[in-house]
Amino acid sequence: MRMVSRLVRSLNRTEALVGVWRQGLAVLPRLVWNPWAQVILPPRPPKVLGLQVVFRGNTPSLWLSMSIVTVQLGQCGNQIGFEVFDALLSDSHSSQGLCSMRENEAYQASCKERFFSEEENGVPIARAVLVDMEPKVINQTLSKAAQSGQWKYGQHACFCQKQGSGNNWAYGYSVHGPRHEESIMNIIRKEVEKCDSFSGFFIIMSMAGGTGSGLGAFVTQNLEDQYSNSLKMNQIIWPYGTGEVIVQNYNSILTLSHLYRSSDALLLHENDAIHKICAKLMNIKQISFSDINQVLAHQLGSVFQPTYSAESSFHYRRNPLGIDRHVRPPLSGLPPLSKMSLNKDLHFNTSIANLVILRGKDVQSADVEGFKDPALYTSWLKPVNAFNVWKTQRAFSKYEKSAVLVSNSQFLVKPLDMIVGKAWNMFASKAYIHQYTKFGIEEEDFLDSFTSLEQVVASYCNL
Amino acid sequence: MEEGVVNEILQGPLRDVFDTKQLITDISGSGNNWAVGHKVFGSLYQDQILEKFRKSAEHCDCLQCFFIIHSMGGGTGSGLGTFLLKVLEDEFPEVYRFVTSIYPSGEDDVITSPYNSILAMKELNEHADCVLPIDNQSLFDIISKIDLMVNSGKLGTTVKPKSLVTSSSGALKKRHKKPFDAMNNIVANLLLNLTSSARFEGSLNMDLNEISMNLVPFPQLHHLVSSLTPLYTLTDVNIPPRRLDQMFSDAFSKDHQLLRADPKHSLYLACALMVRGNVQISDLRRNIERLKPSLQFVSWNQEGWKTSLCSVPPVGHSHSLLALANNTCVKPTFMELKERFMRLYKKKAHLHHYLQVEGMEESCFTEAVSSLSALIQEYDQLDATKNMPVQDLPRLSIAM
Repeated sequence: MRMVSRLVRSLNRTEALVGVWRQGLAVLPRLVWNPWAQVILPPRPPKVLGLQVVFRGNTPSLWLSMSIVTVQLGQCGNQIGFEVFDALLSDSHSSQGLCSMRENEAYQASCKERFFSEEENGVPIARAVLVDMEPKVINQTLSKAAQSGQWKYGQHACFCQKQGSGNNWAYGYSVHGPRHEESIMNIIRKEVEKCDSFSGFFIIMSMAGGTGSGLGAFVTQNLEDQYSNSLKMNQIIWPYGTGEVIVQNYNSILTLSHLYRSSDALLLHENDAIHKICAKLMNIKQISFSDINQVLAHQLGSVFQPTYSAESSFHYRRNPLGIDRHVRPPLSGLPPLSKMSLNKDLHFNTSIANLVILRGKDVQSADVEGFKDPALYTSWLKPVNAFNVWKTQRAFSKYEKSAVLVSNSQFLVKPLDMIVGKAWNMFASKAYIHQYTKFGIEEEDFLDSFTSLEQVVASYCNL
Repeated sequence: MEEGVVNEILQGPLRDVFDTKQLITDISGSGNNWAVGHKVFGSLYQDQILEKFRKSAEHCDCLQCFFIIHSMGGGTGSGLGTFLLKVLEDEFPEVYRFVTSIYPSGEDDVITSPYNSILAMKELNEHADCVLPIDNQSLFDIISKIDLMVNSGKLGTTVKPKSLVTSSSGALKKRHKKPFDAMNNIVANLLLNLTSSARFEGSLNMDLNEISMNLVPFPQLHHLVSSLTPLYTLTDVNIPPRRLDQMFSDAFSKDHQLLRADPKHSLYLACALMVRGNVQISDLRRNIERLKPSLQFVSWNQEGWKTSLCSVPPVGHSHSLLALANNTCVKPTFMELKERFMRLYKKKAHLHHYLQVEGMEESCFTEAVSSLSALIQEYDQLDATKNMPVQDLPRLSIAM
């Protein structure tokens, strides 16, 4: 399938080209110390995000799906969270599934169970907790969802304050965190209890601000303490290189270094990259954050919607997806796909692991051999273990065919290195540090963060 | 500390907006004497004022910020105003203090304004979180420019009768009277735009505490030069809306600054752009990319931009922009002020008015001027780094 070969070629680039493949959903797993542990499928049930569903027998009612609780933090997290749920549900209701009715029903049921809870009056309620330190965005999000008429958020699923976090990571982490820990964890617990079979958390946050980043790091840490057996996946928004928040580099390194200790998987997504997609591939003239968020939601939807196993077409597989498999999905097929130029250079980003998800027509005959090339992977991981493909006949959204690549590779090195470099330059002049020390984040904490991120960069470079 | 102005407000169209119990007046005024305002009236009214602050604060669910609006050249605003700053810092240490200060211009009619200003500046340096310096001359120049455009019939403008602009254009003809209403209107718009993102929804909100966080890299460097576009209210003047990109260019021109300053040719420490109206992130980014090459940022903050998008435009406009710059261009204003101060101080002119107030000594003056000198020196040091190439510092090396 031409689409797949393009995906393979994308792994052969050093530079991320603007294009379908350049989405910033990249993951930094905790690979540094003990890579082998993640390669072997452990005998005990591993942490599973339950992206797939076991469908026993012929009747749709006997399916078993695992639920995900989404935690939306800050303005960015809440704005994106809304778009994600909207995208998931509208795909689920889409009439062009291109598959049998029974399959479609199973798909819909699985999607609903995973992300929504039982409706009282027919309206599904998102399994989500909304957190923000000022009320405007949450109010907007709640009302937009209710207005859609298709779904809504739970009445008591929000936690809100008035004064905001002032773009200050230290304020989000050291002041808001401890102060509101109990209330926030209570709301999360109630949401988890509603799930028949709970699998894990999907935490949406930005790195540049104060609430998403600081409070997000704090909440993730708490989730690791209280729900250590459940998967925690953080969706992180990488800010624009220029022109968002001046202290974004500080906030970013503090966030990443803390999340590295408590999160299982980090899906990274760059505003710059999506902006380019909107501009060049989708030809949007005046790009708004709403456009950007919708593109992101579309990507996430195509990763998270149910998929089949390869063995039997009647079974949605429960994939024991280890954390090292989660990586970056480029955008699923956008019509029309632009022609990619082949980079003759033999440098490529080495991958640790890749996952391809194919949906729609002709998936069974798709050729993914290109992904199994050992040259793409590190020496200590064989392609048979490092590469996975999931196929599903049911088409996603309006696309007859779509493909998603989730990749854990050296793609991340350049952006991460850049952010660390800028933060380091600013740190050397001690600018803005007093704003952080005011709330208990000292210079040593900064140094710790720098150290751990330099280690990540070095580890990836050594792949 | 005298009743005239407050009484005028109480009889004017906004009389119901203000709580009469929250007013404090005296009779004699401060005589343009910082010492009287700060020491005499300060101690006299401290308790009363504190009481009223506490009452106001109790009405708030969540108190975030105090706005102090005053002039630097007089006695009450300058002296009592800065006294209150200290009181607020002690009583409400976690609440931000934003100060809008009107600096005296060169032809100011108060002779002792340099003394008052510099004594006040010391207090501002120590107790304010953020200062927005504005001077009357700039405001006057802006009003003159609008007037010129209106009268010359440029842009096919038509002025509505009984508008703010026409009522003051007559005043412009009388040389000795300044169109203060129109000038103050500009400052009012500044404060409106500053708080717009906190009051209205938008796709990228910016709260007041974020202003301090992003624009104040070091505690003492907290002076922000502001500029507003567009400058006239459409309710006064019918003009076609300016092109969006032109609005961004205007914000960086020295004619639009509310202080006599030229940020384009000085060094930026940080810059904030607060946009209102139907403007999207792509417009914002395009303009930043366009303007960046002509601006100089300090080496450790090469991308020092803070942005916000508020969906609701101001009344009568389709969009507007407020730019706040932490820039070394404030230095000339301070240096000029210091010069005027020294001219008076060397001759000990009018000093006795101050020294006869209890608690005032010559050391107050010397401390104040040395605090200002230190500030000027900080800006000097930053300016010295202006054209140096940006060096990447060596990073931490990790043993694998």
